[in-house]
Amino acid sequence: MKMLYVMMLAAVAPLATAQETATVTRGKEVFTRSCAPCHGADRGDFGRAMLPGTDALRIKYKGQLPALLEQRTDLTPATIRTFVRRGTWSMPPFRKTEISDEEIDAVSAYIADSARKAPRTP
Amino acid sequence: MAILPPGVTATDFGKVLKEFEAAVGREWVITDPDDIHPYRDYFSMLKDQDDELVPSAAVCPASVEQVQAVVRIANRYKVPLYAISTGKNFAYGGPAPNLRGSVTVDLKRMNRVLEVDEKRHIALVEPGVSYMDMYRHLEEHKLKLMIDTADVGWGGLMGNTLDRGLGYTLGPYRDHVNASCGMEVVLPNGELMRTGMGALPNSGAWQDYRYGFGPDPSGLFAQGNFGIVVKMGFRLMPMPEHWRTGLITVPKRRDFLPLVDMVNYLTDLFVIGEPLYSSPLQPLLSDAAFRRAALDFNEAEMDRHAAASGRHSWQVELQFYGSEKTTLANWEWAQELIRRTVPDANCFAGDSLKMPVTQAQIDAAEHPYPAPYSSVMRRNVMHGVPKLYMWRSPGRTDDSPDTWNETHIGLFSVVGRSGEAVFKAQKDFQDVVRRTRPGAEYVSSLTPPLQWHQSAFFIGNSFFGTTTRNDNSPEGKIRQLRELRQVLKMNAEAGHGDYRAPPLLQDDVADQYSFNNHALRRFNETLKDAIDPNGILSPGRGGVWPKAHRSRRGALRK
Repeated sequence: MKMLYVMMLAAVAPLATAQETATVTRGKEVFTRSCAPCHGADRGDFGRAMLPGTDALRIKYKGQLPALLEQRTDLTPATIRTFVRRGTWSMPPFRKTEISDEEIDAVSAYIADSARKAPRTP
Repeated sequence: MAILPPGVTATDFGKVLKEFEAAVGREWVITDPDDIHPYRDYFSMLKDQDDELVPSAAVCPASVEQVQAVVRIANRYKVPLYAISTGKNFAYGGPAPNLRGSVTVDLKRMNRVLEVDEKRHIALVEPGVSYMDMYRHLEEHKLKLMIDTADVGWGGLMGNTLDRGLGYTLGPYRDHVNASCGMEVVLPNGELMRTGMGALPNSGAWQDYRYGFGPDPSGLFAQGNFGIVVKMGFRLMPMPEHWRTGLITVPKRRDFLPLVDMVNYLTDLFVIGEPLYSSPLQPLLSDAAFRRAALDFNEAEMDRHAAASGRHSWQVELQFYGSEKTTLANWEWAQELIRRTVPDANCFAGDSLKMPVTQAQIDAAEHPYPAPYSSVMRRNVMHGVPKLYMWRSPGRTDDSPDTWNETHIGLFSVVGRSGEAVFKAQKDFQDVVRRTRPGAEYVSSLTPPLQWHQSAFFIGNSFFGTTTRNDNSPEGKIRQLRELRQVLKMNAEAGHGDYRAPPLLQDDVADQYSFNNHALRRFNETLKDAIDPNGILSPGRGGVWPKAHRSRRGALRK
């Protein structure tokens, strides 16, 4: 019986990982489409080093937190959902027709994964 | 707090919502205040006030048939609707309706690019397709076509066009209404209509010829409320082989007049894309003597300071789309033309790039021109690459880290396309500021015209909006709104009317277009009452109020 339980766990564990991976992959797609144009790592215009959202967070946090969302370890799914649905400062709120709750959660999973893997840059 | 549509009982509204749910699915009828929040104008000057333009609900159809069903239900119960496509028309009201309590019809779920023909240079899209979506589609399918994008790429082709948005490439494309070709529209009775060749069953030329036969009503749907557009065709610019820029500067203030004449000539021969005017004298404003001369429009003194500083008074950046040889020939021609009337003009060659350009080329930070001249060209939009770069404007800056522009707004007057008209507008606008805020100093003699449109200039007049960071208290925002209303009125008295406005100011702008006792508005409202007898579609949009709600005209004037 114990052996059977272990075998079941072994069978279930990779499935859970696959689901998580799929969520992170989906989150990356959504982030790239909906978040990165403002919060990504690309350069801004007229020689600016950062995109508007990234630059706004640089100014806000003065180096205490990363300007790049993909390097943040402190953003819970609830926090991200609040910012997306309510807006914050010059970032307007987004409707469910633009980004679903499931997509926001996938973005949260992607950010958490990305922040774990990518070291913070100054 | 729940809001009801005007004139609709709570009982009836409950039935309406149930019927909407049956039409589009329960998930897509939005009534929870938290979910309604993004349907407000995030930048409203009436934010959180009792009369803020907030919808009562939102309904989100996914097909033309569902839009028709929603409109028919609304008609039965006389519920006002307000249609949005991507809902990103910030600075012009965002997704908020003209009439508080309207039900927002959110068309974002209808987001398919239905057709792109690379050889005929046309596209057909649904309302929810953003400029970024369209750009991705062209990239993914390796189509050699360009879009003329709005400044902030999250906006949509259809919504921007229906608000008469403008762009940055060649004239026929940067007037987005002009580049549109063929519409499918749900009329106020729920019937489906196609304009132009789309009205001819089996026509294969819907996106090739806009007019079809007989009167073409397609213009009524831009800044109007005569139907919900559910498909729209566009003409797209073929990807040219080459892009070239050049800078022309002229030494004296009055040289601006022949400069504009020359640029107009090239513009109307479709030789150049959007020309970008500016004044290299801007940095001299920190010199008190020059500033005084600029405030007084003392042209001789301004010219003297310009010469002493080694700067020319005006510059224009030209952009040429074509082949390497034709763009070079056209640039050489432009130099020849300006030197015929302003012999001491300077001409500097700028970029010369094979198209399509790479993102690295677009991002190249170095300005191609020798000091003290520099480029003000935003290269992404010139290449039809949608970005969100401009969204930095309402946000934090290093100079202002703890504030943001809570009342982000765009107001621009249409000005005749001549140097004389620009000089008159500069004086008029300075006078308006002086009268509105006595003691305020506003230098407008260096303000350049914007030529987003092929044949007209635009000059910004949101003097107390985007240009300053204001008192963001509720009282401060209302004060700002009152000032803007005063500005619009004074501008109009001087002959300057705006081309676009947020719902809060649309009645004010429409009031200014008053020739022959508002004959234009009376004509539009006669049509409105005939086409939409229950007045359900976007009451008040463009200043057009249906009989059922006409008493609300100007009701928001605090």
